[in-house]
Amino acid sequence: MHKYILRRLFLLIPVMLGVSFIVFTMMYLTPGDPARIMLGESAPGHEVERLREELGLNDPFLVQYGNFIKDLVVHQDLGRSYTNSRPVMGEIVSRFPTTLKLAGLGVLVAVIIGIPTGIISATKQYSLFDNISMVGALLGVSMPNFWQGIMLILLFSVTLGWLPASGFSTPQQMILPALTLGTSSAAIITRMTRSSMLEVIRQDYIRTARAKGQVESVIINRHALKNALIPIVTVIGLQFGFLLGGAVLTESIFSVPGLGRLMVDAIGQRNFPIVQGGVLFIALTFSMVNLGVDILYAFLDPRIKSQYK
Amino acid sequence: MANVNSAVDMKTPQVDAKKVKKKRSQWYEVWRRLRKNKAAMVGLVIISILLFSAIFADFIAPEGYDDQDLTRRFASPSSENFMGTDHLGRDIFSRIIYGTRISLQVGFIAVGIAALTGGTLGAVAGYYGGKLDNIIMRLMDVLLAIPSILLAISIVAALGSSLVNVMIAVGISSTPTYARIVRASVLTIKDQEYVEAARAIGANDFRIIIKHILPNSMAPIIVQATLGVAGAILSAAGLSFIGLGIQPPNPEWGNMLSSGRHYIRDYWHIATFPGVAIMITIFGLNLLGDGLRDALDPRLKN
Repeated sequence: MHKYILRRLFLLIPVMLGVSFIVFTMMYLTPGDPARIMLGESAPGHEVERLREELGLNDPFLVQYGNFIKDLVVHQDLGRSYTNSRPVMGEIVSRFPTTLKLAGLGVLVAVIIGIPTGIISATKQYSLFDNISMVGALLGVSMPNFWQGIMLILLFSVTLGWLPASGFSTPQQMILPALTLGTSSAAIITRMTRSSMLEVIRQDYIRTARAKGQVESVIINRHALKNALIPIVTVIGLQFGFLLGGAVLTESIFSVPGLGRLMVDAIGQRNFPIVQGGVLFIALTFSMVNLGVDILYAFLDPRIKSQYK
Repeated sequence: MANVNSAVDMKTPQVDAKKVKKKRSQWYEVWRRLRKNKAAMVGLVIISILLFSAIFADFIAPEGYDDQDLTRRFASPSSENFMGTDHLGRDIFSRIIYGTRISLQVGFIAVGIAALTGGTLGAVAGYYGGKLDNIIMRLMDVLLAIPSILLAISIVAALGSSLVNVMIAVGISSTPTYARIVRASVLTIKDQEYVEAARAIGANDFRIIIKHILPNSMAPIIVQATLGVAGAILSAAGLSFIGLGIQPPNPEWGNMLSSGRHYIRDYWHIATFPGVAIMITIFGLNLLGDGLRDALDPRLKN
């Protein structure tokens, strides 16, 4: 098991190098001279040229990429923001916890809604509740979350005046963004829980438990759910990674000062070091989360765990 | 003897009937199963209506998508403009009808790009295996390490915002999914006897992949593509929403939503209807995609 984890961690290195190369190349190919962007349109040509030399922008592409990786690995340096010259790493690290919190709350919303709904749907298959929740789940997946966010603002902030429409410091401010981000995941978790439970409920050991007269609630909660949870946990983990990406849109709707909003603003200002650093940072977290899910999966399912021994 | 003969006589047509039934193509069977699925039929009707509005937008839309009339800015829904008008006095219903063109176009072309590149890469990787497989699939792992919406955002940021670039960005960001699906099904098919038979009679690799392997790995690709069109439309709308997608005055739904949200406190209708249009489209595609999955592989149903 340790060997497996180590090997997977080791495999992350080439993947992250690949991600950094792709992102670096994309930003390199983007039209616009960084030195010109930093100094402004009115700066004289020789100053721009001096800054280009200073930043190493006249070097060949591979040299520039090599320097970027060296700075990143040796000094944990992702370069400086074009707009305020602050280190990109610092900007990202200060914004990231907010995004992480938002994604975490999104997952929490999804789990709180998704698992109970899925269980009830499975135990009462084809009932009215099941039908309504399945249509609801499909609508939840179909709703663009940026639109849902606006509709929630319209209802709870503009019409009812219950909750604030922007910000992310008080618990009240967190409700709408978390709900917006979590809805589609809730729908996915509902569907997964339902189908996983349905599969487990049909198995012989459940029939045995019923035959020996076990109470239905114990059968569902103790016997069935435990086994049904394995694929559900995987989906929850994958959703968490997915929500880190989805947070970009949600943060722009609710003016949440997270990494996503930082990146969207940076794209508008052509501030590419921030975009580059942000993508790398999220990709690393995303890969780590997915790795964590794989490990957890092996841990939960003894059949898979035994393969790694 | 007579009895035996008649038994044989009776049996022969039965065998023929069976053969005829078997000869009904696999696709007919799929269609028959799909037709029984009410939800999938609802999806199909929704998608057909949308296709119809996209093709005949010029006849259905009461006004042009950029017909401004500043004297009726922010008009609420009424009998004249049943979804109201926006901040430039344009008829929202007409813009939504024209918007189906853009959204469906983006959805289908982006998925086309993804399925073609991803499918080719996956088929080559799965068929040839070895080093080539390793190189292609590691490259796909790298792309998969970036959440797809973020990858699409970075690509559009690099290429610049336009309809074509949005299609390319959304297409590239979903390429790895198709590569994986096609590779997996090629791996299960390539060692089957009929492939071996084709090779034995001298068919070359290209012919084997195109004629024998791909048609038999179509089912998962079709399901993924249907659901993928939904995903692509959502991503494209998301890009436009943050100002990176299709630019005004083109009536893209995400972009209509984005400009409508500034007036949400006073005029609810501007941001509401484009979102409903997106939701109905995605809902229809999801219904159809789920139905197709069940029809193509009845074992998966539950």
